[in-house]
Amino acid sequence: MQSLTLESATERIPGRLAGIWPRLHVKAFTGGVIVLAFIFIGILGPSFAPHDPNKQELTRMMKAPQGIGAQNVLGTDNLGRDIVSRVIHGARVSLLVAFAVVFVSGFIGVTLGAISGYFGGKVDFVIQKLVEVVWAFPPLLLGITIMAFLGQGLFNLILALVAQRWIPYCRVVRGQALSLRERDFVVAARCLGATQGQIIVRHIIPNLIQTSLVIGTFAMASSIIAEASLSFLGVGVPPEIPTWGTMLADARIYISTAWWMPLFPGLCIFITVLGINLLGDALRDLLDPRLKRTGSGL
Amino acid sequence: MASYLLQRLAGTVPVLLLISLLVFLLIHAAPGDPTLLLLGEETNTAEIAKAKERWGLDQPVYLQYLKFLRSAAVGDFGKSFKYAEPVANVIKSRLPATLELAAFAIIIATLLAIPLGVWAGSRPNSWIDNLGTTFGLFGISMPSFWLAIMMILLLAGVLNILPTSGRSTYGVAGPEQTGFYIFDSIMQKNWPAVWDALTHIFMPALALGVNMLGILMRVTRSAILEVMNEDYVRTARAKGLQEENVVWRHVTSNALIPVVTVVGLELGTLLSGSIIVETVFAWPGGGSLLITALNARDYPLVTGLVMTYTVAFVAINLIIDGLYAVIDPRIRY
Repeated sequence: MQSLTLESATERIPGRLAGIWPRLHVKAFTGGVIVLAFIFIGILGPSFAPHDPNKQELTRMMKAPQGIGAQNVLGTDNLGRDIVSRVIHGARVSLLVAFAVVFVSGFIGVTLGAISGYFGGKVDFVIQKLVEVVWAFPPLLLGITIMAFLGQGLFNLILALVAQRWIPYCRVVRGQALSLRERDFVVAARCLGATQGQIIVRHIIPNLIQTSLVIGTFAMASSIIAEASLSFLGVGVPPEIPTWGTMLADARIYISTAWWMPLFPGLCIFITVLGINLLGDALRDLLDPRLKRTGSGL
Repeated sequence: MASYLLQRLAGTVPVLLLISLLVFLLIHAAPGDPTLLLLGEETNTAEIAKAKERWGLDQPVYLQYLKFLRSAAVGDFGKSFKYAEPVANVIKSRLPATLELAAFAIIIATLLAIPLGVWAGSRPNSWIDNLGTTFGLFGISMPSFWLAIMMILLLAGVLNILPTSGRSTYGVAGPEQTGFYIFDSIMQKNWPAVWDALTHIFMPALALGVNMLGILMRVTRSAILEVMNEDYVRTARAKGLQEENVVWRHVTSNALIPVVTVVGLELGTLLSGSIIVETVFAWPGGGSLLITALNARDYPLVTGLVMTYTVAFVAINLIIDGLYAVIDPRIRY
């Protein structure tokens, strides 16, 4: 009897892990491939795009997709611009916006969150009031309002998105910093005479990296969608820069005549966001399963 | 608990004040002159001056803001430049459309997501779980406006079974009472109008609800997974209850607590999402009105709309906090 329970117990643990591992691998692999392809196309794509994305060829307007090897593989839009080239150039804008937003908002959010949680008191109060004000805005609404003020532009768009995306980092990081500052190694560092700054930079922030990485992945997915949404509404990047959002906006009035115009840029957004979410899921399961509850609604 | 909620309510006042200041300043400082936009480029300076005086734009911004605050405190957001009507009336005429759309989006999302999540969560790693998880992942990754466009392409364009825009076919609906077309038509027993309104709302509601659907499905699944390991579930099984009963009675009712919170949290995203979905479907609600107002630099209307959405957002979060304590008696404020 004894040996039986022992046996089943030892069997059960790897068994459980075995249930999770293949799933994790599939997620991480699929997500990783999509994200790598996205980064690759975003950086190098424009050098192998077949045409100039803004070159209008009015004799070749609204050509349907012609297949591989033809002049316009995925067809042309209402101004005769090549859709493949525009989609490839669009990847660069999405990539740029996504990384810029994630890094800048991550830097601001983690710093403010760590300070807020570590120091507490008045500093915490002020930072948390700021969080509360920004958090009370429905997300897209703040973006639209800021863009109305700043005007169209890539830099402005990044700024508008950063304005609200540092919040999730700040909230989660603050909570963790609150508990970290009571931990033995922080107390020990303090006893050894480390300054506040040293403690935050050397001891608190390194312990917040994992969680921030997970939040960052989901923030990346949401900033790609937000960029496309704002560009679609006409308050994002200026029309001369080809992006997936502006391509969809152009396509809106031609839905019934040219199905390829809305299909491809939208598919790019969908697949890219799917890939990032898959990678984010895998990262979260690996690094910080506690975040699972939020269902990535970060 | 009442005192906790009152305290929270009082705490929202400074937040809303700060937001109103922020929005007011951002909108007023935005490039673009409403007088030029509305009166046209060829208007002479005397007419512009007259319009500015009428709209109070000749005064310094801080005075305009104080005036705005004083009237906003009693629910008066001034008169819209573009519609020459009180902002409150313009918003009131558009809000039912947005609310109806949001309600349907939530209904579609919960009706699909919860059974799917329960099903997937109660059979971890089965084919149904894999299917449900994939579905949920697709839901959260789907850009709602693209789904909207593709649905128009397929359901309205190719198959021609659903209308592409608007809330109803002209002449089908009876006289407007509450502004909620489906509700009004049911009250008037005008069944063709009910059907007509339903066909109009289906695509926008699905497009708006798709992200919520994905998130809800995932949250339900993981909540179910967690509850399945509780002692009382084992007890229920040990009593010899059928698995169906265990899952639906004992597990689901307990797993729904986080789900309610997520519905609340996602309502804010839903409000934002409605702006873009309404634009795609020419849905005459608050979201498409906001874009129109913003393009015309209709200061009072933009401020009024942003404040309405924000107050709704803050109120929803408060209600969810209250509701949370009702559902889960373990929570005490």
